[in-house]
Amino acid sequence: MTWEPVIGLEIHIHLKTRTKMFCRCEVAYFEPENSRTCPVCLAFPGSLPVPNAKAVEWTIKLGLALECEIAEHAVFHRKNYFYPDNPKGYQISQYDEPLCVSGRLALPGPEGDAEIGIVRAHLEEDAAKNVHLGGAEGRIGGATATLVDFNRAGTPLVEIVTQPDLRSADQARRFLQLLRQTVVELGISDAEMQKGSLRFDVNVSVRPEGSDELRTRTELKNLNSFAFAAKAIQREVERQIAVYESGGEIEQETLHFDPGAEAAPPLRSKEEAQDYRYFPEPDLVPIEAPRELVERIRTELPETPATRIRRLADGLDHDLAEDLVTSGRDRLYERVPGDRRAVANVLMNQFAVSGVDPEAVDPEELGKLIEARSRIPREKLTEAFAASGDPGFSAERYLGDGLVADTAELEPIIERVLAANPGQVEAYRGGKEGLLGFFVGQVMKETQGKADPRVVNELLRQKLS
Amino acid sequence: MAITRDEVLHVARLARLELRDDEIARFTEQLSAILEAVAKVSELDLSDVEPTAHPLDLVNVWSEDEPRPCLPVDEALANAPEREAGFFKVPPA
Amino acid sequence: MIDTLRLTAEDAMGLLERREVSAAELHRAYLDAIGERDSELHAFLRTVDEPDGEGVAIAFKDLISTRGVETTAGSKILSGYVPVYDATVASRCRAAGMPLIGKTNMDEFAMGSSTENSAFGPTRNPWDPERVPGGSSGGSAAAVAAGLAPWALGSDTGGSVKQPASLCGIVGLRPTYGTVSRYGIVAFASSLDQIGPMTKTVRDNALLYRVLAGRDPEDTTTVELPQPVEIPEREDLKGIRVGVPRELNEAEGIEPGVMEVVQRTIELCRELGAEVGETSLPRSVDYGMPCYYLIAPAEASSNLARYDGVRYGLRVNGSNVREMYEKTRDAGFGDEPKRRIMLGTYALSAGYYEAYYGQAQKVRTVIADEHAAAFENFDVLVSPTSPTVAFKLGEKAENPLAMYLSDVLTIPSNLAGLPGLSIPCGLSDGLPVGFQLIGPQFSENTLFHVGHALERAIGFDFVPGRLK
Ligand SMILES: [Mg+2]
Ligand SMILES: [Zn+2]
Repeated sequence: MTWEPVIGLEIHIHLKTRTKMFCRCEVAYFEPENSRTCPVCLAFPGSLPVPNAKAVEWTIKLGLALECEIAEHAVFHRKNYFYPDNPKGYQISQYDEPLCVSGRLALPGPEGDAEIGIVRAHLEEDAAKNVHLGGAEGRIGGATATLVDFNRAGTPLVEIVTQPDLRSADQARRFLQLLRQTVVELGISDAEMQKGSLRFDVNVSVRPEGSDELRTRTELKNLNSFAFAAKAIQREVERQIAVYESGGEIEQETLHFDPGAEAAPPLRSKEEAQDYRYFPEPDLVPIEAPRELVERIRTELPETPATRIRRLADGLDHDLAEDLVTSGRDRLYERVPGDRRAVANVLMNQFAVSGVDPEAVDPEELGKLIEARSRIPREKLTEAFAASGDPGFSAERYLGDGLVADTAELEPIIERVLAANPGQVEAYRGGKEGLLGFFVGQVMKETQGKADPRVVNELLRQKLS
Repeated sequence: MAITRDEVLHVARLARLELRDDEIARFTEQLSAILEAVAKVSELDLSDVEPTAHPLDLVNVWSEDEPRPCLPVDEALANAPEREAGFFKVPPA
Repeated sequence: MIDTLRLTAEDAMGLLERREVSAAELHRAYLDAIGERDSELHAFLRTVDEPDGEGVAIAFKDLISTRGVETTAGSKILSGYVPVYDATVASRCRAAGMPLIGKTNMDEFAMGSSTENSAFGPTRNPWDPERVPGGSSGGSAAAVAAGLAPWALGSDTGGSVKQPASLCGIVGLRPTYGTVSRYGIVAFASSLDQIGPMTKTVRDNALLYRVLAGRDPEDTTTVELPQPVEIPEREDLKGIRVGVPRELNEAEGIEPGVMEVVQRTIELCRELGAEVGETSLPRSVDYGMPCYYLIAPAEASSNLARYDGVRYGLRVNGSNVREMYEKTRDAGFGDEPKRRIMLGTYALSAGYYEAYYGQAQKVRTVIADEHAAAFENFDVLVSPTSPTVAFKLGEKAENPLAMYLSDVLTIPSNLAGLPGLSIPCGLSDGLPVGFQLIGPQFSENTLFHVGHALERAIGFDFVPGRLK
């Protein structure tokens, strides 16, 4: 039997508003602990939430980019549970009347688009940060105490839930990359996993190919990179298939990965039946997004990354097109002149390694560099790419400067080399053409590497023929 | 509508209340009586009635995304039962 | 010599304006009265020695956050908690120059109708110390009635301003939901809680409501008043249509003595020129109580989750955080909060939500609709505020349901978000009887007008007989 993976994602992204979701404390990532707090985000008795208008607007923007319906009437609910990082004893979230519902993201692939359904995108608040003391490296097990920092408490969070429409680990990875690029380009989040401003959980099950049943799923948590997620999903898919094939059953459980140790096997836990006692948050009034606002935001939406992947994939490999777009280098790609494939490859390799901001680069100059790249010694080229974002960068320096291409200058040197090695000249003329490299090497030595290798090659062939 | 001892214990766990034995018996009895009284709401057929979450018909009340001063750390922690450096401290999970 | 028993807040303002006394002297006079009478009454949990402001002092129910002054909501779990910020109503009083004289006793987390549920001991009724002052704002009611404060703030969820005002022979307003900020008020049931003025006269009440009311950007459920507060002057009721809802006036448990005084007051309305007619709120009374005792505990179960020993208040340590929560909450909450937390948790829990909380929200719609229908024909609806006069301490302590019935007449209009004013209308067995006036949303000016006219005509002496 062939098995088909059935994968769904739940993604949380921080909105990069200036202030928190329900109070006007500044959003902070690296400030001293508990220095960005107030009576509201510390849940002091009597404090009340006031929603952030920008966060509402940006969630609508994301909803529209994901082709969601923007609810005419949306409600905040309380999700009740006890944990030290949850100061009120409830999280203000959304339940059965979220802001955005029923969307889709068309994920371009080598064989055309895959349509991934978006169940909902809703607005909520993040929890505080717990530091577990005494255990190994901040882990819960064996800890002797927990320290709580409420700076993160109340940071605006959008939760995006997909349909279980993804069919492979690699497709899940590509979806995450595309979604991340989409929110980054909307300007609503920096969506950086290292910073914690993008987090996701994965639901995995498998079924016989062709069936439309939904079997018991497991939930993968704490995955700290897209690449690692793809590996972990793949392993879990294989495990589930093996269990079914040996006549076993999958148990509903959660796999907690250790972000500090990718190789470590995940901790497994039974999903405890939670009872969150959701009810409408009585301290807040509903959102009825004004239609003019929704329409204005719709007109402001930029071209989506998915559209651009489709356009680029017309002339390039799909994977290369996708990499260019999801790495944010496709706009530069479109402006750099030269051979398309060469430009794309360089942008995703040597240029990518340089870490230079694509926005800072003069495309014409970069084009010259790429065009001449085979004539430039490797270290020089690395240096050139690293400098390519500097103001006033000129490729000329790396093309001309130091490289002697002038025939009149090189000819006497070549004559000298040939005269000094009569035996090798004879051997070459007798058919040992492999000796060309030897002569090139000698010329380079004479010129301390400053000769243009292409010109040297050409001159040597002439003289030796 | 009576509530059982087990249900009382379940609800107490959800609400993080440690009940002593004498409390369990008393609350089971009292909550049963109260539940019986409040169950009266189910006598009415209200399938066509919209629920009221709020007495006023307000919508879209929010504030601009403009930062305001936070509490000094010492004030944030002023009432903390236990602290360590700038953190609130609690027993392990 | 300032006679704080007789002095109204308006009188006190006059004394200050005419510089016949200083704010410090006035403050001192009330502190002296507290020193003299509060060891018996226990209306105050703590007092403030030096006035901070040049106006007439005020007492706050101890669930109003006051920066630098301990605020316990009558609970052991908040014992020692000192807010680092002021509630909006506290800021408004401060801005109006009114110094805080002290924080008053209350049922724990405003859950109760007798102030016996305070973790710090009960308050006694100035008319008869063997009896309760009502609750949950019993401390504020007793303080005003006994001349320990010129006026006070209480909070009203199911009747916690109106009922103690009734039992202590003073005036209490539960404002239209959303007209007074809840920011900084220790929450009980968010969709019902309102802060209300407790005063000796209706004019004092209007003066204080004028200070409190209006939209607060910190509380998204507040609105601006559609018209400014008017201080009532008219003494007739010409053109006013007074509705007498059968169910609120014939409810089981209304004492005959109470009904007699209320009947006389209804008659007085007619004599003052009002049109009086009978009306009906068919389901509001029978279903109001059950509806309230689902909605309020459900919200409370969530609002009280923050008392977890992490950031403030009591902590009883345990070997892990869950044990710490359970021990802290067991030791910190009294019986009534525990009952309501469990009831609310149950009503919201999986499988019960629709039958309980969901259904109660629909009943709430029915009740609001019934009131709206009645107001098509009437400007105010009237009834007793409480079915009984002040009862004896301990009389209902063992039976929570009997205690809940104290609010049977105040609950329906509270669920509908409507304003209600309780004024003293006479005595039954030597104890005050309260007359409840209910109006449509934002009709406080009408309630003040009717209340003031009746107050003048009744001539009730608000000084408790035994203190004269
Ligand atoms: Mg979430
Ligand atoms: Zn804050």
